[in-house]
Amino acid sequence: MSITSAQVAARGKGWSIRWSDLGPFIALAVILVLGALLNPSFLSETNVLNVVTRSAFVAIIAIGATFVISSGGLDLSVGSMMAFVTGVMIMIMNALEPSLGSGAILVGALAALVVGALCGAANGLIVTVGRIEPFIVTLGTMGIFRALITFMTDGGSLPIDRGLRDAYRPVYFGSVLGVPIPILISLAAILLGAFLLYRTKYGRRCAAVGANSEVARFSGVPVARVQTIAYVIQGLCVAVAAICYVPRLGAATPTTGQLWELQVITAVVIGGTALRGGKGRIWGTVAGALILEAIANLMVLSDLVSEYLVAAVQGVIIIVAMLVHRFTK
Amino acid sequence: MNSLARTAKLSAALAALFATAAAAQDDKTVIAVSIPAATHGWTGGVVYHAEQAEQEIEAAFPDIDVVVKTSPSATAQVSALEDLTASQEIAALVILPFTSEELTGPVEQVKAGGTFITVVDRGLTDPTIQDLYVAGNNIAVGANTASYLADQLGGEGEIVVLRGIPTVIDDERIQGFTDVIDDTNIKILDIQYANWNQDEAFSLMQDYLAKYPHIDAVWANDDDMLLGVLEAIQQSGRTEIRYALGGNGMREVIEKVMANDPVTPVSTPYPPSMIKTAIYMTAAQFHGQAPVRGTVLLDAPLITPENAEQFYFPDSPF
Repeated sequence: MSITSAQVAARGKGWSIRWSDLGPFIALAVILVLGALLNPSFLSETNVLNVVTRSAFVAIIAIGATFVISSGGLDLSVGSMMAFVTGVMIMIMNALEPSLGSGAILVGALAALVVGALCGAANGLIVTVGRIEPFIVTLGTMGIFRALITFMTDGGSLPIDRGLRDAYRPVYFGSVLGVPIPILISLAAILLGAFLLYRTKYGRRCAAVGANSEVARFSGVPVARVQTIAYVIQGLCVAVAAICYVPRLGAATPTTGQLWELQVITAVVIGGTALRGGKGRIWGTVAGALILEAIANLMVLSDLVSEYLVAAVQGVIIIVAMLVHRFTK
Repeated sequence: MNSLARTAKLSAALAALFATAAAAQDDKTVIAVSIPAATHGWTGGVVYHAEQAEQEIEAAFPDIDVVVKTSPSATAQVSALEDLTASQEIAALVILPFTSEELTGPVEQVKAGGTFITVVDRGLTDPTIQDLYVAGNNIAVGANTASYLADQLGGEGEIVVLRGIPTVIDDERIQGFTDVIDDTNIKILDIQYANWNQDEAFSLMQDYLAKYPHIDAVWANDDDMLLGVLEAIQQSGRTEIRYALGGNGMREVIEKVMANDPVTPVSTPYPPSMIKTAIYMTAAQFHGQAPVRGTVLLDAPLITPENAEQFYFPDSPF
């Protein structure tokens, strides 16, 4: 009821609400136009497909993060968790390769989903049952997952068996009707995420818990369960990203997924999801992930800045995008 | 009563333990080795080779006890030094410092106790502290690769370069490389950071390929990045790139060299096994009194199919 009245009120005030929701998409469009002006090959088919395919990992993980953050949580462990899941998956695939052949890939991928869900559940249960701040919990598990992958690789790299490499390669490098497979997988994840967040009872409960967990509790929402499930969704998304990631370089290393948590959180926030919870924007998140990857790409393609200043310019662009977003509200 | 008996037994066991430990210290020369923990490929190799050296030296020289300690940060390494010196008398310390500045003071204190100091790879800010210094030559890594590339390209062409993390090591490699290239007609189209990371190297190479329609050769100043570069080239289907070279002598890349790979026919070593050189030399000082004080700068000769076997460690993580 309150949602419909808010929408009516917004319509009465004209364009304001719409502008702020469109913010991330406008920012993306501005970057695309700017990029095309700076270097025409920015919009070439190869480059666009490269950038979108590369952003798939962060986008898929960020869909899960949209659930966690909109329900009032935070997950700093996603980058390390991705590396850990990747490592477990490769070990299982290599172990099964002699007996199952390329069937090992399927079993390994399923195992990755289970491991991802369990990692997410661990985060969620420690947060909700243990009643500890998610920042601290996931900071802890971030270190744990990172140490585990370092241990599993002896600090070096853990490559996938050569026999599986060729059979698995198409999952990152292949395409269906000209669309790379990672993009198709992200699209499926986006649609599923959008359906879950916008069209189901669970999605509404997520936002309710994030907006005010006390009010949600009094309204009969099982707060702990809703939050834990959000972390499980996050874990599953991490596993899906890992499944797309392994065929790209065919190995897990201690630096796999390093600092991805920051990119993921940035993508979610640029996309319009409130960092304090209560509001989630799946499509905005996806736009956020594309913006980050496009900026990085543009830094290389244009000769505007010295290689030493690239990170500074990226930081400025992100802050400006957020400020524009704030003042168009 | 029961608990009293147990306590007595425990203290007896502890006393025995201390006695054996003390005995071990009495008749053995302790060489302590302090190195960074395995956080990426190269340091993983350092840990592997230090542990190998420990086993080999203890088997060869029963009078020497090698103690290897890894630390995940500079602060942790300072604490590790305190622990090593507090718990036992150490005759020598072989250290690969995390950072020059933070470790100089603590190492100086160990030295004050009369310990022989061997510094590896990264120098301390005060070189008078060390008795022996063992390091690779980063300028040669860049320069030798550049000379080879210039020869193969006939002194002409357009190349792109991927550099690592902004550090002295990275600067020296780039400087060695560009100094040689500047004297040729080869044009460096672009140099960007990819942080010695395979993923970032993959993305950066994709971007280079999108930006430049023609590239003759690529140099990634580390073999980890080279693997990402090769993947991006393969995906693009571009065939004009004649050479993609790295550096460091990573296992996978040495295997390519051994297999006469046309795109990656050589590598240059900056071997993590230099820790082994340092431990062996230090042991020589104490076992055979072979004089080793001084500076050893390992060269970075090209690794070619002919000599690749000497640089190949099939069991090393790097």
